[in-house]
Formats: sequence, structure tokens, C-alpha cells
Amino acid sequence: MYRSLREAIRDAESREISLARLALEAESKDQGRPVAEIRSALKRALDVMRGAIAQGLTGDHKSASGLVGGDAAKLRSGPPGPLAGTPFRDVLARALAVQEINAAMGVIVAAPTAGGAGVLPAVLTGLADAKNIGDEQLVDALATAGLIGAVIAERASLSGAEGGCQAETGAAAAMAAGAATEMLGGTPTQVGHATALAQQGTLGLVCDPLGGLVELPCVFRNATGAAIALAAIEMALAGITFAIPADEVIDTMGEIGRDMDVRYRETAGGGLAATPTGRRLARERLVQIKKA
Amino acid sequence: MVSLLDIIGPVMVGPSSSHTAGACRLGLLARCLVGGTPQRARVELHGSFARTGEGHGTDKAIVAGLMGFRPDDERIRAALEIAEKEGLQYTFEKTKLGEEDKVHPNSARITVERGDRRSVMLGSSLGAGRILVTEIDGFPVEVSGSYHTIVLVAEDVRGSVARIATILAEDRLNIATLRLTRKERGGDAFMVIELDEAPDEKARDDIRALPWVRWAYRLDKVSA
Repeated sequence: MYRSLREAIRDAESREISLARLALEAESKDQGRPVAEIRSALKRALDVMRGAIAQGLTGDHKSASGLVGGDAAKLRSGPPGPLAGTPFRDVLARALAVQEINAAMGVIVAAPTAGGAGVLPAVLTGLADAKNIGDEQLVDALATAGLIGAVIAERASLSGAEGGCQAETGAAAAMAAGAATEMLGGTPTQVGHATALAQQGTLGLVCDPLGGLVELPCVFRNATGAAIALAAIEMALAGITFAIPADEVIDTMGEIGRDMDVRYRETAGGGLAATPTGRRLARERLVQIKKA
Repeated sequence: MVSLLDIIGPVMVGPSSSHTAGACRLGLLARCLVGGTPQRARVELHGSFARTGEGHGTDKAIVAGLMGFRPDDERIRAALEIAEKEGLQYTFEKTKLGEEDKVHPNSARITVERGDRRSVMLGSSLGAGRILVTEIDGFPVEVSGSYHTIVLVAEDVRGSVARIATILAEDRLNIATLRLTRKERGGDAFMVIELDEAPDEKARDDIRALPWVRWAYRLDKVSA
């Protein structure tokens, strides 16, 4: 797989193919598996993503601690805001839905991680459904997202414990932004700008879950991560470019992650987890988990 | 090498790819060391595994892996109750396996016993469900679970690689990668052999039967 988005974009453009096709061919070569087999694995992932969204939108589930759950359903049927009826609100609802199911120990696709699992399905299926884009193109988009994620894994990190939330929901937003930009007709170069725009918007984001549980703020970080991805897609497709190349933005994310204090890397030692309310809620809820 | 399907995946029971899915995979590999569900398991959790494991179901996921459940198996939720019925006795301890900068933040040492077999494995969950086993029975290894793997320690004798390659070829197993390390000339040689196909227990037994092989393990492919 590629270790540089710049190289992938260069290869795709010189061969006049999509990044999705480039990624599928590279994976096929690396793993010695036919493209059709990789596509069918991605299709299965897509089906699981849709399943988690559908289940999450019903609002009929509880997390281990009871801290989160039921908010996706509020966006679906609660009072309207200024964005009611737009794909934006729908994408937010889907991101919450997947993450609520994850917190309830339901089945999801870790893409790239479980903690950031809501962003990619929400952005891709939300925009595909709004634009009548079929599953074949969604599978392509997942391949492009995988390529971007692989580059991030090689150059930086996809672990909150290593790099903070910028490496989880931040990486997910970068993957979703790039993948959706291609799905909606963007060129590989535009995909690079979308990826950079989304990742730069999450630089420095800490991983500070209450009690260390993938619940609060994780569920909401997925919704705001999806919002950042949507902003990046809209800008990239409008022809806006970001001066720092995606590879360098990703390298920066890695560097910030390495320098980040351990309190901000999934240990519940800092950030929202260390607030008076965060500590109180964690204490109460952990007692509850132990009893259950 | 990172695979697309590691990034868009695994399909898994939540809530954490490192603390739940990765933990489950570590359990699956530890299970291989004793050739089935252990009767006893001692799990020592380090770093973030120790600090936040409970809320992530890390205990459930490791126990589920020890029983052979994969990361997408919904029985993970009830793994601790199932373990009681299956006769798997387990203990969990929070510990420090080394200095913060030496040991990965999500690490576990798992000691498993089944019949007369006993093994100790040190492994880490690297994020996105990827894992790395770094030590088996005190020997440094690197096993990612992305391939079917045979690990062995042998005396440093001439022709050892050829002999083992022949056994694998006779079993129609294709070697994907082979790493050979030794601490000193004439000292124990350590081999990690990654295979494209799954070896059976017979392949392991044949290798183990070689007089100069001290021990050999067969580890399943547990990642995409």
C-alpha cells in the first residue's frame, strides 16, 4: 500500500484512474487476493455500517454506563434546527447512531478505529443517499478511504492512545473527506486537498473520554468530525486548495501526537475526563458497570 | 505492511478497536499457544489496558478470544459468564510491564495453561485492531496475526532452515516470510515463519519432533 498520498495522487493522475482503483490494485498486489474479493469484503463492511446506522437511529439501546444513547433518534425526529431536512443534519444523525451502537457493544466497522467509527459511514452513506449514489461507488469510496487511512497509519498513527483524538475522529474525518470528494466527482488532487483540509481542522484534538470509556465525548466527536469532513468536501469541490500537502499535514498530526502529554491520550487523566463533572460521572458510572 | 481491510475493518463488537477487538485477537493468539481453550489464564494488563480496560470490555474480549470467539462475535458481551460454564478459570491483574516509553500503552501478558501445556505471551494492541506479539516464553518475537505463523526455537545447526522448509513444503504450505535471528553463533536460533495457508497441528508436531527444535508453536491468522 502507498505510504504517501502525494505519490498515490501522482500515480492515479498519470494513469488517469481513480484513487479507488489505484488502492484496490495495490491491495490486490500486496495481499495476493483478487480485486473482486477485496470489493466483496468492503461490501460486507458497507452492509455492517448501514446496519449499525439503522439500529442506532431507532434509539433503542444503552451504553455500558448509560452515559450515551438515544441522541441519534433526536436528530431524526426531534425539533428542527436551521439545517433540518438537509444532508448535513442527516449525516450528524448517522454519525451519532453508529457511535451509540458501538458504545452499546453492538457490531460496527472500525474504520479506522471503533472510537472513530461513526464518521466514515455517516458521511459516505449520507451523501450517497442524498445524491442517489449506488453501492458500487460506495465500495470504491471505502477503498479510497482505506488508502488515506493506510497512509495515516504509516506516517502518523490511528490510535488515540498514541496520538489523541486527532488520530481517531481526525483521521476518520480526513478519510471521509477524501473518499467522499472522489465519490462526488473530485479529482485525485482535490481528494488530497479535502484530506488535508479535514485533518488540519482536527490538529491537536485530544482523546479525553470520561472514565476512559468510548462514550463521552466520543459519540459527539464523531458528529463534529463528520461536520469537519463535510466542510472539507464542500471547500475542495469548490476548487479551494490547501497550501500544505496532505502528507505534511498528516506528518504534523503524528508529531503533535508524539508530543501530546499522556493525560490527553485515552488515559482519562486530562481534558473533559478530568473536569469535576467528568470525574463525578465517571465515578458513578463505573460503579454501575461493576455492579452490572 | 498495512492492509486496506485493516483500515476499513475489522467488523467488530464495540466499543474500542484497540481495547476490545485487538484484545480479543491477543486472546485468540494466546489460545493457540496451548492448542485450544485454556483451563486457566492469568492476564496482566499494562498502561491504558489497565487504566480503562474494564469500561471497554477488555476483560470480556480477551476471555472471548481465549475461547476462540472472533472480534465480530456478539457472544463477547457475555464472555465472562460463558467462560464459567466452559470451565475457563481466569484472573485479571493491573500491572506495570515496563517503563512507559519501552512498553506500548496497550499491552498484556497472558499466561495460559491447558493440560500439561503452559505458555506466556506478551502482546500489544497497536490501534485500529492491529496487534503485535512481542514475546513468547521469554523469547522476543514479532507476530502480527496477519498470517498463519509458526514460531520456533532451535539449536543453531546447519541445514535447519532447509529441513523445516521441506516439512512445510511436504504439507503444501507456502512460506510468505521467514525471519531467522540468533543471539550468538552457536546459540539458539529463533524462527518466525509466516505462511499463506493454515498449517495443522501435524505440521507443528513434525517440526517439534526434530531433535534440535526446542519448541514450536502454531499461531492462527487472526487479522485481515
